[in-house]
Amino acid sequence: MRVLAAMSGGVDSAVAAARAVEFGHDVTGIHLALSRNPKSYRTGARGCCTIEDSNDARRAADVIGIPFYVWDMSDRFHEDVVEDFIAEYAEGRTPNPCLRCNEKIKFAAVLDRAMALGFDAVATGHYAQLVTGDDGLIQMHRAVDMGKDQSYVLGVLTQEQLAHSMFPLGDSRKGDVRIEADRRGLSVANKPDSHDICFISDGDTAGWLRDKLGAGEGDIVDHSTGEVLGSHEGAFGFTIGQRKGLKIGRPAPDGKPRYVLDIEPVSGTVTVGPREELTIDRITGIKPRWCGSVPTEPLHGTVQLRAHGEEHEAVVTVTREGLEIELLDPAQGIAPGQAAVVYDGSRVVGSATITKAVRRAVTIAADG
Amino acid sequence: MNDSLPTPRTSQQTVYLDHAASTPMYDEAVSVMTEQMTRLGNPSSLHASGRSARRVVEESRERIAQALNARPGEVVFTSGGTEADNLALKGLFWSRRSDDARRTRILSTAVEHHAVLDPLHWLGSSDHGAEVELIPVDEFGRVRIDALGESIERDPGSVALVSVMWANNEVGTVQPIHAVVEMAHAYGIPVHTDAVQAVGQVPVDFAASGVDAMTLTAHKVGGPYGVGALVVRRELELTPLLHGGGQERDIRSGTIDTPAIAGFATAVELSVKHRCEHAARVAGLRDDLIRRVLEVVPDAVVNGDPVSDIEHRLPGNAHLKFPGCEGDSLLMLLDARGIECSTGSACSAGVPQASHVLLAMGCDDESARSSLRFSLGHTSTQGDVDALVEAMAPVVERARAAGIATGFGASSKRAG
Repeated sequence: MRVLAAMSGGVDSAVAAARAVEFGHDVTGIHLALSRNPKSYRTGARGCCTIEDSNDARRAADVIGIPFYVWDMSDRFHEDVVEDFIAEYAEGRTPNPCLRCNEKIKFAAVLDRAMALGFDAVATGHYAQLVTGDDGLIQMHRAVDMGKDQSYVLGVLTQEQLAHSMFPLGDSRKGDVRIEADRRGLSVANKPDSHDICFISDGDTAGWLRDKLGAGEGDIVDHSTGEVLGSHEGAFGFTIGQRKGLKIGRPAPDGKPRYVLDIEPVSGTVTVGPREELTIDRITGIKPRWCGSVPTEPLHGTVQLRAHGEEHEAVVTVTREGLEIELLDPAQGIAPGQAAVVYDGSRVVGSATITKAVRRAVTIAADG
Repeated sequence: MNDSLPTPRTSQQTVYLDHAASTPMYDEAVSVMTEQMTRLGNPSSLHASGRSARRVVEESRERIAQALNARPGEVVFTSGGTEADNLALKGLFWSRRSDDARRTRILSTAVEHHAVLDPLHWLGSSDHGAEVELIPVDEFGRVRIDALGESIERDPGSVALVSVMWANNEVGTVQPIHAVVEMAHAYGIPVHTDAVQAVGQVPVDFAASGVDAMTLTAHKVGGPYGVGALVVRRELELTPLLHGGGQERDIRSGTIDTPAIAGFATAVELSVKHRCEHAARVAGLRDDLIRRVLEVVPDAVVNGDPVSDIEHRLPGNAHLKFPGCEGDSLLMLLDARGIECSTGSACSAGVPQASHVLLAMGCDDESARSSLRFSLGHTSTQGDVDALVEAMAPVVERARAAGIATGFGASSKRAG
C-alpha cells in the first residue's frame, strides 16, 4: 500500500511511520503545518506546531528513509478547529479540539488529499487498534496500553475513514515505543509527550479565550436560592465541576464546598451549588458519528465522557436527533460540548456531542 | 540497522530541473578545488605557503574580474550571494547616509530575492532609519522604469541607493538594468544589482553596465556552495558587516577560503566562456519543454515574459501555472517520479509560501500557489524534457483531483 504517515515531530508518529515501512508499505512522511505563524504556537518540546517539531519530523523521516514534505493545513485548522473552539466556548460549551482536529483535519482534509494523490491510507501515532470484524467492517478498539489509549479522540471516525487509517502503535505500550525509537536511532525517543491545546502557546486557556471573546464578567449565583454570591471577571475561567478559585467570600449555609454547576454564556452567570448537584445520569447527544453500523436496539455498553476519563456503564438509545444515554453509574461535572464516546467492550461504537446532562428531573445544563 | 543509510526508493535516474536553486559543479571546478584542499597555507600568511595560497586567490580574482569585465580590485569575496547582498545594501546605505543624513531612501523592487528583501525590511524597521520603497513591476515581473523615475524625482537627494536584480530567480525576467543605471546615475545615486541568476546565462559586463555593486555566487554557475562575491567599484565606500582581520579590502573580514575561491573562478570562467552555446542549447530545451507541456496540459499558462529571448528571459527558465492544482501536490508527485523542480520559497518550517514574485506581478494567491518552476542548466538533456512531458499529464490530473478534494480554489482565503 501507499501510506501517508502524518508526523508531528513526536516519538509516537515517528515509530508509527517506521513500522509502516517495516510492514512493507511505500511510505511518505508529511508534517502538518497548522499554525498561520509557526512561531505563534507553542514553543519548546510540549506542543505540535513549532519549527522544531517540523525539523524533528524531518529528521525522523531521514532516519527512517522516507520522503518528507510539509503540508500547509493552517487555514483549514484555523476554520475548523480554532474558530470552532472559540465559537463553542462563546456558546458556553466545552469542546475537545483534538477530537475536532481528527474529525476535520487529519482524517478528513489530509485523508481526502492523500487519497486523491494516490495514497491508500493515512498512518498516525495514535494509540488505538483496528481489526476487521466477521462482517468485513473495520472495528476500532481501545489500545493495549490503557494509559495511552486514544480511542476517545478517534471516536468521531466513520467506517469510511477507518478503512483508510492505520494506527501501528495500538498493540504497544508507550515505554516500549520509546525503547523502539531509541533502537531505531530516532532522536525523538526521549522527547516529552505533548499535552494541552497546541494552539494556546502558554497553556492559559482562560486567558487565551478572554483575548478572543472579551472578559465576559458576570455574577456568581447560588443554584437553589438564585442569590448573587459574588462576581467574576470572565466566565471562560470556569469549567463545570470546578471548585477552586470561585472567590466567594461567604461559606455556604451548610458549610459544604460549592462547585460550578452551570455557565450561562450570554449573561456570564456562573451558577454554583453543592457537589451532589453535579451528579448526572442522563445525557443527550447530537451529531452522532458511527464507526460502523448504527445500533438498532438500546445498547448496553459503556461511555467515556472526557479524554482519559473513566468508563461509565450505560444504556445507549439511538434517537432521531442523536442519542440518549442512561448512565448506570452516574458521572460528575459533565459539560455540554464534550464528546460522549460509546463502547461495546473495547470496541468503539460511535460518539456524539453532549447537549444536555441531567440528573433525575433536574436540568443541570440548558440546551446550547 | 542504524549504521547503513536507507536504500533509495527508486532506481530511476533523477531528472533535475532545479538548476536555478543550484546547478551541478563542473568537473574542472571540482578538480581545481580538490587539489587546493590538499595545499597548505593561509593566504594572509607571509611565508612561502601563504604566498602560494595568496597567489591562487589573486589569480582567481583576476579570472573572475576578466570574465565579468571588472577590475580585479573590484572583486570582494564573500560567503555567497546572501552575504554579498547584505554587504551591498547595508554597507552602501550606512556609508551614503553617514556622508549625508538626508539619504534615507532605498529604492528596490517587489520581486527581489529574499536576500535583498529581508535586509531591506530590516533596514526599514523602526531602529534602522531607512525608508524602503518597492517599485512595482509589470505583469511580466519587469520593473516599471517610469515608476522608478517618479520615485527618484520626488526627492533625488534623499535616495541612498537603488537595488534592482539583473534577472529574476523565479520567473526568469531579465530587468532593464541599463535603464535603471541611467536613471539613477542622472542623480548620482549608486546602483546595486543581484546578478546571481544572470551570470553565465545572459551577457553580464560589469563595466559596461555601469552598476556600482553586483552580487554573484558560485553554486549557481557550477562552482561550490559557500562562496560568492560582491563586485564593487573601488571609489564606492562600504561600511563593513564583518569586522576582523580585514582580509578583503577591509570591507570583509574572515579567513580567505582558497579552495572554494579557486573552484568559483573556474566555474565563472567556464560558464561565461560557454555562455552563448549554453544559452542557445538550454533555451531550445526550454522552448521544447514549454511547447510540449502546453500540448499535454492545454490549460497550463506560462508565467513571466512571453518573449523568451535573452533580452527578456533567462534561457533555462520555464515557469508555468497549472490551474486547479496546488504547486506542492505537483512537486510531490513529480518528486515521487524522480523529477525535481520548485514551487518557489518555503518558510523555515518548510511550509510552502505563495510566491511574492507572482503576487507582485498581479497573480492572485491561488494562481501563485498553482505554479511550478522548471529551470534547466548545463547538465540538462532532451531526455529530461521527455521525462517531464511524459509525466506531466497524469501528475496534473492527480493534483487536480487532490485540489478539488480539499476545496482548493473554492476559497480565496489563504494563510498570510
